[in-house]
Amino acid sequence: MSSYQTAFGSLDKYEKGALTIINDDPKNYCFSNIFEVASKSRPYDKIAVGKNLEYVIEAVRAEGTSDWFAASHDEFVVVMDGEVTVTLVELANHSAIVAAGKEGTVKLPGAPQGSRMGTIRLKRGHQALLPKGAAYQFSSAKPSVMLWQTLLGDLTVQKWREICLH
Amino acid sequence: MAMLETAAPAAKPSSRVKASAPDSRTHYRKFELGQFSFERDEYFVTIGWSAKGARQQHRMSADAFLRALMRDVAWGFFYGWVNFDAMFGTRNLYGRVQFFAGRYNEAYHKAGLSYVEEFDSPTAMETCKAMLRDWCNAGFDPFAAPEETGSTWAGTKQGDNIAAIERFRVATKRMPGIPGDSPLRDDLPVNRAFVDVAQDEPEIRAEPGYEGKLQAFNLFKYLSRSDVTWNPSVTSVCRESLFCPTTEEYILPIIHGNDRVEWFVQLSDEIEWDVSDKETGRPRARVLMKAGDVAAMPADIRHQGFATKRSMLLVWENARSDLPKLYESGQLKPYPVEF
Repeated sequence: MSSYQTAFGSLDKYEKGALTIINDDPKNYCFSNIFEVASKSRPYDKIAVGKNLEYVIEAVRAEGTSDWFAASHDEFVVVMDGEVTVTLVELANHSAIVAAGKEGTVKLPGAPQGSRMGTIRLKRGHQALLPKGAAYQFSSAKPSVMLWQTLLGDLTVQKWREICLH
Repeated sequence: MAMLETAAPAAKPSSRVKASAPDSRTHYRKFELGQFSFERDEYFVTIGWSAKGARQQHRMSADAFLRALMRDVAWGFFYGWVNFDAMFGTRNLYGRVQFFAGRYNEAYHKAGLSYVEEFDSPTAMETCKAMLRDWCNAGFDPFAAPEETGSTWAGTKQGDNIAAIERFRVATKRMPGIPGDSPLRDDLPVNRAFVDVAQDEPEIRAEPGYEGKLQAFNLFKYLSRSDVTWNPSVTSVCRESLFCPTTEEYILPIIHGNDRVEWFVQLSDEIEWDVSDKETGRPRARVLMKAGDVAAMPADIRHQGFATKRSMLLVWENARSDLPKLYESGQLKPYPVEF
C-alpha cells in the first residue's frame, strides 16, 4: 500500500457493515450504526447504542441549542461528525441540582446558577470532558453527531429493537 | 492496556526465570515455566507439555507467537483469555494466571491431550518478558504492522530490540492531556496510514479564572500518532467505564476470549471479526464493522479481528472486578441487552 484514505462516517455518508450469523442470535451483538441512529433522532435525544450494566454510550444528534445538563460524575463526549460548541458553567448549587448518588445525565430545569467557565468548540474527532460540578449546554449550527459516555440515567433512551440488527 | 493502568515500571528478570544457556546454533535460550517448555528456532516457537504420559508439542510461527506474547505482557494478561492460536494461551485469574495447551481446542481436550497449569502472575510475567527480550531480534517490533517491521524476526539470533518491547506506558486517570494525567502524543509522528487525519485541536475559550480548567483534545489526532497496533490505551475514565481506543492493522495477534461483555465502536475504516465459541472454538458469527458501527462482543465468545487499512477502533470496557465471577456463575447473561 502506497497511499491511504481514512474513511470516517457522517450523517450524509455512512455505510453500515454486516453481521453474518453462523450459530448464534444476532441480537447478542446489538449491532447498530451511530450515524444511522442520529439520522433518525430528535436533537439531543440520548439514544443508547451500547450498554454495559450500569454504563452506557449514547448517540446524540446535536442540532440547534440544547437544554442544560449536569451529572454527579464525569461524562465525556466525542464529536463524530460536524461541529459542536459546549458552554460550561461551574454550578453554585451542584448538590441541589444533582444528588450525590444520582447516575447518568440530568436535565436542569432552566439556566444554571453559577460562574461561566467558558466554551469549547469541537470538530470531528475531538473529545471533551464534561466535569462533575459543571453544567453544560451544546449548540450546533448544522446537524452533528456526538458519542456520549455516561451512566444509564433518566434521559437515556433505549430502543434496541429499532436500532439493532435482529 | 485496556484496564485502569498502573504506572509501575517493568521489573527486572529474576532468578525465578528458568532459562537455558544460548543454543550453540541458533543462540536463542530455551525457557521453562512449570511443566511448559518454550523453544525457538529460526522460524518457529515450539511449546511443550505433558499429557497422557507423553510429551506433547505445538508449533507456532515465531512472529505470531511474539506478537501475541507482546500483547499478553503489555496488557498484564488482559481480561479473560488470551489465545495465542487455537491451541495455546493464557487465562487471567487476576493475581494468578493459567497457561493452557489444547484446553480450549475441542478435539485436543476431548482426547485428553490438553494441559493447564496455574502460576502467580508476577512469576509468569517475568518468564514472558525474558522470552521477549531474548527472542525479538534487532529491528523486529512485535507491536508494529508487518509492513512496518519486516521479516527481521526470522533467522538465528541477531541482537535485540529492548526499546520496542519495553515501551513505558503512563496511566490515564481521567483523560490524556489534563495536567498531571497521561500525555498527548504530539511528539510522535503521524502514522503513514493517517496522514489525511486533521491535526487541529479543540478551540477552548476559558473565562478569567478558569484557564486550564476546560479540557478537550483531538482524539483522532492522538490515534493517528499511535506507534503500535492492537494495543488499547485508556482515553477516558467514567468511574469503571473505560474508553480504550486503539489502531488496528493486519491481524489481531491473539484470539481474545471474553470474561465480560465488551463493546466495539468503529471510528474509522473497517475491521472484520471472526467470532467463535469461547469454550470450543466453534464459529458463531462474522462481524464486519465500518465507520460508525457499534457492536457488542458477548461474554462467552472469543474473537479475532482483521484490518487491511490501519483503522481506529474504540474498545469500550467495564473494568468492574466482580464481573468474571458474575458471568461465570450465570448470575449475568453473556449478552448485554434483551430486546
